[in-house]
Amino acid sequence: MVTYIWVFFVVIGSFFTIFTGNISSLNNQILKGGSDGLKLLFDMLPLLVLWTGIMQIAEDSKLLELFSKLVRPVLSKLFPSLPKDHPAIGYIASNIAANALGLGSAATPFGLKAMECLQEDNPQKDTATEAMITFLVLNTGGVTIIPTTVIALRMMYQSSNPTEIIITSVLATLISNISGLLFDYVKRRKNHD
Amino acid sequence: MTNLANYIVPIFVLGIILYAFHKKVNIYESFLIGAKEGLVTTFKIAPAVIAMVFATNLFLNSHFLEFLFSYFNPFLTHFGIPISVLPMALVRPISGTASLAIMTNIFADYGPDSFVGRLASNLQGCTDTTIYVLALYFGSIKVTKTKHALQAGLFADFVGILAAFLITFLFFG
Repeated sequence: MVTYIWVFFVVIGSFFTIFTGNISSLNNQILKGGSDGLKLLFDMLPLLVLWTGIMQIAEDSKLLELFSKLVRPVLSKLFPSLPKDHPAIGYIASNIAANALGLGSAATPFGLKAMECLQEDNPQKDTATEAMITFLVLNTGGVTIIPTTVIALRMMYQSSNPTEIIITSVLATLISNISGLLFDYVKRRKNHD
Repeated sequence: MTNLANYIVPIFVLGIILYAFHKKVNIYESFLIGAKEGLVTTFKIAPAVIAMVFATNLFLNSHFLEFLFSYFNPFLTHFGIPISVLPMALVRPISGTASLAIMTNIFADYGPDSFVGRLASNLQGCTDTTIYVLALYFGSIKVTKTKHALQAGLFADFVGILAAFLITFLFFG
């Protein structure tokens, strides 16, 4: 599915750029296109290294396990296919918590680690499991309780009340997430029948 | 609020380290083991990140979305919605940086306390970059058959965007 999107982006992007007479810009973009992704990777690298290091400490001290136990009652309802003591649960919970606090850059390392844990007992390595899909629906919905970046930008542009959008954006993100989870739930039920 | 938010990360990190110290974990060793894994992960996600950023930039820089939405312009101005906010809604699932850039422009042009400014704020908060996250997470573990993950994610985005519009109208309209 990601393949179709990728092809769509490249083909439409290329044709439309040619169509609007910017062939030289297109040429340039294709030749140098990899460097933007590389820049993003370089920005992510220190964060990934730092956070996976810190989370390893949390794992070795059994703090992560403690945290998993705390959130397990809620998460096991969302992930019925996961065994109760699955190692991914702690990372899934950390990822959701980081997202909720608006710490997107910390959320990514937890999320990748969670996917790795889920992949370990996946019988078909090239196919997504139910738990993976539910996790990604939660993740792409991004329940942000404190949208830090938005608030910071509103402050920068002299908003008289930068935080007034917290309640409304939480409401919108909750509606979005619940609908995503429902969609996933219905699809899952259909597959079981 | 943002002041308070500044404490979250330091407390989180200090809490983990102090707890581990109390439990007599070899903290430095653990950190290095984990950090090495992070390095490996970065290399694993590199192809997906570079591929996705390349394609999204090509698509966004072609200004195809702006072209598409120029047809909706009369309809939008009727409701007092500036044209830039719709591409923002469409770009949001594709690229966080691009939608943030559009939001910043809206703040600069109309102010964060205008109706569109608030709408843009809610749009930014209501969802995340679905397509990028999917490509990244599934790419990192080499899963190619993603079943209904994309449909579910995009459905959630669609509902979220609609909700952001409605809620902004209800609360601030």
